[in-house]
Amino acid sequence: MTQYTDKIKEIANRVLTEGKVEMVIGFRKGSVPMMNQPHLATCAKSVDELVWDSSCGLNLANYITDKKGSIGVIAKGCDSRNIVTHIIENKIKRDQLYIIGVPCNGMIDHHKINAMFDTEVQNVEDSGDSITISGSGFSETMSKQELLAENCAVCTHRNPVEYDELVGDLVEEQKDVDQYASVTKVESLSADDKFNYFEDLLSPCIRCYACRNACPLCYCPTCFVDESTPQWVGKSQDPTDVKTFHLLRAYHCAGRCTDCGACERVCPMGIKIREFTKKLNKDCQDLYGWEAGLSLDERPPLDSFRTDDPDEFIK
Amino acid sequence: MTLIKIDQQSWAAGIDKVKADYRVFGPVKEKNDHEFKLLEQDQMPDFNCQNTRLSPKSIIYPQSQVMFTYNLDENAEDCRIMKEVENVTSPMAIIGVRPCDALSFPIVRRNFDTPEYQDTYWIKAYEATTFIGLACNSACGTCFCTSAGTGPFGEEGLDVLIIADGDDLYAKSITEKGNAFIQAAGWSVKADTSLDIKVDKMKTAAESSICSSVSTDQLKDKTTLELYDAPFWEQEAFSCINCGTCTYVCPTCWCFDVQDETHGKSGIRMRNWDSCMYPLFTYHASGHNPRDVKYQRVRQRFMHKLKYYVDKYDKGIQCVGCGRCIRLCPVNIDIRKICNKMNSFDAATSVCDTPSS
Repeated sequence: MTQYTDKIKEIANRVLTEGKVEMVIGFRKGSVPMMNQPHLATCAKSVDELVWDSSCGLNLANYITDKKGSIGVIAKGCDSRNIVTHIIENKIKRDQLYIIGVPCNGMIDHHKINAMFDTEVQNVEDSGDSITISGSGFSETMSKQELLAENCAVCTHRNPVEYDELVGDLVEEQKDVDQYASVTKVESLSADDKFNYFEDLLSPCIRCYACRNACPLCYCPTCFVDESTPQWVGKSQDPTDVKTFHLLRAYHCAGRCTDCGACERVCPMGIKIREFTKKLNKDCQDLYGWEAGLSLDERPPLDSFRTDDPDEFIK
Repeated sequence: MTLIKIDQQSWAAGIDKVKADYRVFGPVKEKNDHEFKLLEQDQMPDFNCQNTRLSPKSIIYPQSQVMFTYNLDENAEDCRIMKEVENVTSPMAIIGVRPCDALSFPIVRRNFDTPEYQDTYWIKAYEATTFIGLACNSACGTCFCTSAGTGPFGEEGLDVLIIADGDDLYAKSITEKGNAFIQAAGWSVKADTSLDIKVDKMKTAAESSICSSVSTDQLKDKTTLELYDAPFWEQEAFSCINCGTCTYVCPTCWCFDVQDETHGKSGIRMRNWDSCMYPLFTYHASGHNPRDVKYQRVRQRFMHKLKYYVDKYDKGIQCVGCGRCIRLCPVNIDIRKICNKMNSFDAATSVCDTPSS
């Protein structure tokens, strides 16, 4: 990981000094374990704070939306796919960007790791394939593979799809992963059980909107839940309003979601929000053979028409 | 100091007994984390957690609360008359309130119970509640209560403080309400006075386990506009995604929004927690938004807690050092760092000497 960090700093310094970009967006070390902070580097001093390790799970495409000027951005596989999505949705121009690609081995799941121990996790050491977690009176070294965030465990696009420069050699993509095991499980439930499942899933929601705000796709100038004339959704903890928010948001991401997992990572209540988007990703895969953000030359299925689009719903 | 000694058996019996007189709330494990819940029959508060994910704020001040009902039926006598919902609160007891969270209630009271305005919903719930605290024997890495006006054995805001010593519990009554609760529970075994020394030692050890702090001594003397115009806000706000996590998990954030919800010809007027992180919070009917960009909203949250409140009440900062916003912020905005930056800010040189937190 230190090689990645060193290389990121070297590239960031170079592109800033050469005037290729005005800023580089990356991560700096967080003040609590597993919580690295998105960071804007504009000078040698701030470049020196840039880091890379297994706690860089937020999606940095979220920080380039509608930005002016020339931007360097660190991008792992999923970030790069959201950058592609941003470009085809005209949220940023390709030539504004200098994409510093990071071949990724997955990010660790801070919710899972914190829940594994009864006492506070105080330190997490990343040694590449293994992670050492320690706190008062305990220290445990585990394989990183076991601690991966669920989206990373089933990721098949770890390498950036679009980049100007890479910080290291491309990594081997994961093969034979069952991407949609959790969806298949829910699909097999009866209607009532599905309803109860989602009711239970969303019951801890406090409507902080962290999921929406961490999502690079959620860039609407005014989100439908924030509109007041007319007001589409109630503001209270009414379970129907809470569900309306989550379901509509998920549908708004259909055919655009890259399963970066930012929504789940940022949820203060640890809600598995990907259960919704993952189903829509599966539908897009099944109906259109589509995975979002893989190409700058292809329009997404929901903003284009093809004569061979599935039409079984028309009777 | 007279401590009451409670063994495990009489603890369980006492909790069971008080349920006849109080609605009893306590921390219980929900999915992966502890939350305060109304304890059912035979359910005991679970003290095996450093602190709950959310503070007990919502017991007194629910996230959504109906205040009035109304009727829009033109034929009805009470058409368009706002009727206050029944607002009588039976006695409640919250067991296992950590001292940091306990301090949040007197802080929030300064807003809801003033000489000019009394918020009847908050006050009635607050007055009906007995706060049974649980002293912290060890701290989290994000705790900084000792520099935020309290400490792991802090008593402000509590009626009873419980100290857990292995299987034994010691209760210290702090108020009349506390005496009544202890009496209702039937706990009467006075502890040996030698225990006082032991408890003092536990307190000192707990205080020394707090490893982080904020400096607040200069905040009051800073010029408000200079702090407001400080150059660090944009930089510190860069990572912020403007979610409401920090404000909703904060025990001292008190802002709400009033909403009417009409169903057919009847409706309710309710209040819901609101967050200064949201653009809608300050969005005017004219279309103008005085806090249009995110750094202004981030600045507002910290200026309110660490400067405006300090100036208005002269009672320290509007923060109890529980560390929830630090632990749960998805993008690692750390109030300790910002507080120290504000405290050491020098407008003349625009130099921020920030001790790392």
